[in-house]
Amino acid sequence: MLSIKNLHARVEGREILKGLDLEVKAGEVHAIMGPNGSGKSTLVHILAGRDGYEVTAGSVTYLGMDLLSMPPEERARAGVFLAFQYPVEIPGVNNVYLLKAAYNAIRKQRGEPQMDAMDFLTVVKAKMQFMGIDPSFLNRAVNEGFSGGEKKRNEILQMLVLEPRLALLDETDSGLDIDALKIVAQGINKLRSPEHAMVMVTHYQRLLDYVQPDVVHVLADGRIIKSGDKQLALELERRGYDWVLAEAAA
Amino acid sequence: MTAENQNVEKLMRGEYRHGFVTDIESDTVAPGLNEDVVRLISVKKNEPQFMLDWRLKAYRRWTEMQEPQWAHLQYPPIDYQAISYYSAPKSKANAPKSLAEVDPKLLETYEKLGVPLHERAKLAGVAVDAVFDSVSVATTFRNKLAEAGVIFCPFSEAVQQHPELVEKYLGSVVPYSDNFFATLNSAVFSDGSFVFVPSGVRCPMELSTYFRINAANTGQFERTLIIAEEGAYVSYLEGCTAPMRDENQLHAAVVELVALENAQIKYSTVQNWYPGDERGVGGIYNFVTKRGDCRGANSRISWTQVETGSAITWKYPSVLLKGDNSIGEFYSVAVANHYQQADTGTKMIHIGRNTKSTIVSKGISAGHGQNSYRGLVKVLAGAENARNYTQCDSLLMSGLCGAHTFPYMEVKNPTAKVEHEATTSKISDDQLFYCRSRGIDTEDAVNMIVSGFCKDVFKELPMEFAVEAQRLLAVTLEGAVG
Ligand SMILES: Nc1ncnc2c1ncn2[C@@H]1O[C@H](COP(=O)(O)OP(=O)(O)O)[C@@H](O)[C@H]1O
Ligand SMILES: [Mg+2]
Repeated sequence: MLSIKNLHARVEGREILKGLDLEVKAGEVHAIMGPNGSGKSTLVHILAGRDGYEVTAGSVTYLGMDLLSMPPEERARAGVFLAFQYPVEIPGVNNVYLLKAAYNAIRKQRGEPQMDAMDFLTVVKAKMQFMGIDPSFLNRAVNEGFSGGEKKRNEILQMLVLEPRLALLDETDSGLDIDALKIVAQGINKLRSPEHAMVMVTHYQRLLDYVQPDVVHVLADGRIIKSGDKQLALELERRGYDWVLAEAAA
Repeated sequence: MTAENQNVEKLMRGEYRHGFVTDIESDTVAPGLNEDVVRLISVKKNEPQFMLDWRLKAYRRWTEMQEPQWAHLQYPPIDYQAISYYSAPKSKANAPKSLAEVDPKLLETYEKLGVPLHERAKLAGVAVDAVFDSVSVATTFRNKLAEAGVIFCPFSEAVQQHPELVEKYLGSVVPYSDNFFATLNSAVFSDGSFVFVPSGVRCPMELSTYFRINAANTGQFERTLIIAEEGAYVSYLEGCTAPMRDENQLHAAVVELVALENAQIKYSTVQNWYPGDERGVGGIYNFVTKRGDCRGANSRISWTQVETGSAITWKYPSVLLKGDNSIGEFYSVAVANHYQQADTGTKMIHIGRNTKSTIVSKGISAGHGQNSYRGLVKVLAGAENARNYTQCDSLLMSGLCGAHTFPYMEVKNPTAKVEHEATTSKISDDQLFYCRSRGIDTEDAVNMIVSGFCKDVFKELPMEFAVEAQRLLAVTLEGAVG
């Protein structure tokens, strides 16, 4: 589904990704771990199409398409979704309004009819309940005044409503208490299916206790330096990153 | 370029949609201003002596006045002798008695403008008084209003049929000597709307006027007077458009509102005068004096304005809070795109006890636009317990535009509470990216973010006009971010 080959990228003239390779197949859940500043957010931002990154070499193919040539909205309509590490607030714009616009933009792309407000509300309410989101959410502006945990839950709610083929989750578990973490994990697991793939950026094993990854990668200094199964995450938890870095340097 | 491409181009530049000229013979007075012109206007309108005297007083006063220079606006000097001060569609020299008598070309014009005359008006429940250049040509729903005792008619008709009301209230809020532009208006105003809602009556529908400047080189000087007697309620909306012309055109209107005890007036404006082209050529100079007088206790006046048009906007809808417990409100969205300049805001003058005012101003600057908020909150010594809350937000959409705020406060009573909050933000790349990463394209994302920014103002507009305002804003700002 997703094939990243030898990706090099710069931010403000500095090379951050230095030849990154990653293969994700439909139905797989990949976890990407790695030290702070190693380029994890940079990677998912580039995949989602954020401005400000200069790709100097390499390619990204998604469902046979040249992902890097598509504007962000087209990637989203093609089924790519990014759950942000720091979701932005948009004052005055209602949560449901934004989500409905997104939903209908994606349906339009697929040649499906637009859903009206009432039907959409029914869909959203069911998923809100699943995510333990308070009904007052319906009247609030996008992420405005949300706690850190509420913002993360909102990201997962959006993911569940939009049902992306490829979900990129950037530290969705950071800053959550254990109850919130369980709910978020529940949301992620709900989307798991043979058609859907996920790339989860995380620092902690604890999310992986609830969402079992198929593959675990270590991203350091702009490259995937080690990949393994879920045992790798446990080992990282125990031993830190130094041994992997040393191994890679050897 | 193919025709289709041109259309796309036009769309991209967010071109002015109301820029057509209607080909109607007009009865236009030669350019220039002197006492004879003032007399001529009065004669053409068959006015009683008190009106002529009032106009002449104003004219004489005006000749001694200087154009104000304090606003944050730049424009070449206006040649007041080059303007024609009266223009009426010729076939309408004798005003029509009903819609059937209205020139079909005019009706067509209104249709293009989206003015809901005919059945559409009925469906929308809107009574429309349409002012075309200087003369009111059609007023709908007069009968239904008359049943309720509401008078809603062209100003010139009110002068004929209700001279005692006009004489009593005209100039009682904005005196003929008020300021350069209001005084000019007092001398030469040609028409406008008149609304009178008697004691205890809730006006059964939204009232609405559409102003349109059509003839070249004419100024438009309309005058609106709205009176809500004790316990009355009325909601009034004006919409404004003008054709595209390379020369600048002057618009100097006056609006006076009078609210007696327990009365409420909501006045909403969607102003979309021609703003000039993207290089700053042409456009309307909009110098307007709007003031409401909360004359009675517990009265309430709200100004809501969405100002997307005009090359220059100079406008400060104000409220005199005379009655105890009276409330004044000002909700404003002002857009300055391309080379537009807006200097707008409000004055809240607290005179009575327990008076309250709320000011919410949203300024949007794009292109080379310059947007200034200028507001005065004045609390007089006798205004025990006065309250004001001001919120003044600016949104910048380019690196070349400007936002300025000039809040003035004069507080003479120690029990007053005056709060002021101001923010300036750039439309953020993060917000845009967030929306786009959800599948929403840039243009829609910009509209969504800008509408969100304006929400506190839009929610004050009557429903159908809020939709219109949102659409207008989208058209005005097309291509503004990129
Ligand atoms: N917009 C930016 N401007 C300058 N440097 C940036 C920017 N974004 C990221 N970086 C730098 O790129 C590196 C990788 O950042 P990031 O991808 O956020 O790391 P991670 O998510 O793995 O912690 C860091 O050194 C960070 O400082
Ligand atoms: Mg990060």
